Amino acid sequence: MLGFIERIGRTVIEWLAGMGRMMTLLLTALLWAFVPPFRLQRLLRQIHFIGWRSLLVVVLTGVFSGMVLGLQGYYTLSRFGATAMLGPAVALSLIREIGPVLCALVVTGRAGSAIAAEIGIMRITDQIDALTVMALKPIKFLITPNILAGVITLPLLTAIVDVIGIYGGYLVGVQLLGVGQGVYFGEMQDILSMYDIKIGLYKSLSFGLIISWICSYKGFYTRFGAEGVSQAITEAVVMSSIWILICDYFWSSVL
Amino acid sequence: MIQIVDVYRSFGRQQVLKGVDLRVPARAIMAVIGRSGSGKTVLLKVLIGLLRPDKGQVIIEGTDITQLSGRRLDEIRERVGMLFQGGALFDSMTVVENIAFPLREKTKLAQEEIADKVERMLASVGLSDMGYKYPAELSGGMKKRAALARTLITGPSIVLFDEPTTGLDPILVHATHQLILDTHREFGYTAVLVSHEIPEVFDIATRVAMIHEGRIIEEGTPEEILKSSDPLIRQFIEGSLEGPIRPL
Repeated sequence: MLGFIERIGRTVIEWLAGMGRMMTLLLTALLWAFVPPFRLQRLLRQIHFIGWRSLLVVVLTGVFSGMVLGLQGYYTLSRFGATAMLGPAVALSLIREIGPVLCALVVTGRAGSAIAAEIGIMRITDQIDALTVMALKPIKFLITPNILAGVITLPLLTAIVDVIGIYGGYLVGVQLLGVGQGVYFGEMQDILSMYDIKIGLYKSLSFGLIISWICSYKGFYTRFGAEGVSQAITEAVVMSSIWILICDYFWSSVL
Repeated sequence: MIQIVDVYRSFGRQQVLKGVDLRVPARAIMAVIGRSGSGKTVLLKVLIGLLRPDKGQVIIEGTDITQLSGRRLDEIRERVGMLFQGGALFDSMTVVENIAFPLREKTKLAQEEIADKVERMLASVGLSDMGYKYPAELSGGMKKRAALARTLITGPSIVLFDEPTTGLDPILVHATHQLILDTHREFGYTAVLVSHEIPEVFDIATRVAMIHEGRIIEEGTPEEILKSSDPLIRQFIEGSLEGPIRPL
């Protein structure tokens, strides 16, 4: 009985210690962002890595999710004789919900896993210790640019998903199913507000933070060789995805 | 000079260092020998402040680094270099970029000056034509030499070597030892070298310390250690299965 209680206690302590490490890592990384020297080159490299190199997969996500929304939206709306509302339906779904979430999940799979792997390998091959020995701050050097790049890049990628998705919906709704082009865009213009775009922006900003923070953290605290790295990648992707969905619900219910 | 005074360090319930005392004179090459798991690498990490001891002092050039943190610890680290077991070269950078990295990050030298220094350092370690390669394209011996070049480029007064010859063939072991000797003569640093290479390491060390179960059991010149009558040292040097050290 005592052993069981001991195990529960140890698990709780380890969990709390992990949360503490995570928060400390985030706060330290954010604090270093304001301390010179500013590592602009490293930041640009990470923006290129997270943003530019995710572009193809993000564009494909946007096109096909927009096309699916166009198709499903048309058949649903046609039952009520409201196909004129296809444009707003596609745009609202994409901008408020599907765009930020799908984009974040895709970026987690492509860039987040790579971030965890890169930092994890640096950890197990002593490269992070080498930075410390050179009197450089590994968190400032590695984590701060990742977090800034995540927060900068995700809203931009989400905007691309939204725009491409709207055109994907246009392709199916207008070109294939015969909804009027003017109706599709006109209704969208009438109904869509700046508030909807703000919701998408807040979501994508927070998703960018979640991905870069969790994936960097998992990589930074990798242990036990190659197996540890693979475990860190899995945990990074799973944990980021779950937190993206939790955070999505939170924003949707608050805003 | 480096002085380690009564240093203890544990990981959970495992006590790795159990009161280590060691004095490394300036410009010496101190070889720390001992079995795997005897605490050699932990000792090096304590020496550079990567691990904080539970108890004891690590005095580097008159300053106890166990009491330091932040910028003051960094100031000491800037005078100390460490060659990691696997080299710890940055995978995403070429050899030249790796070697130039500490200068770019920690000094305000002009690009031409950095390029000139890197070129000279590459020549010192015999890698003049390899600067454009990435670490993954280098052999084990080349990686160690490139890592040594990166360690020495800032002119540290103390260099810590963590098993610099592990995984190399006998010729490369000798070549790496010779390189350490040559660079030691050229740059005049104090070296602490953790090694398993018995008896080769005796050829380059000016002092040798044997660590066993977290304690330094003997320290002296290579000749003194080779003549030691301590059964632990005799068994380790001879690599014998018979003696007080249990093989497994």
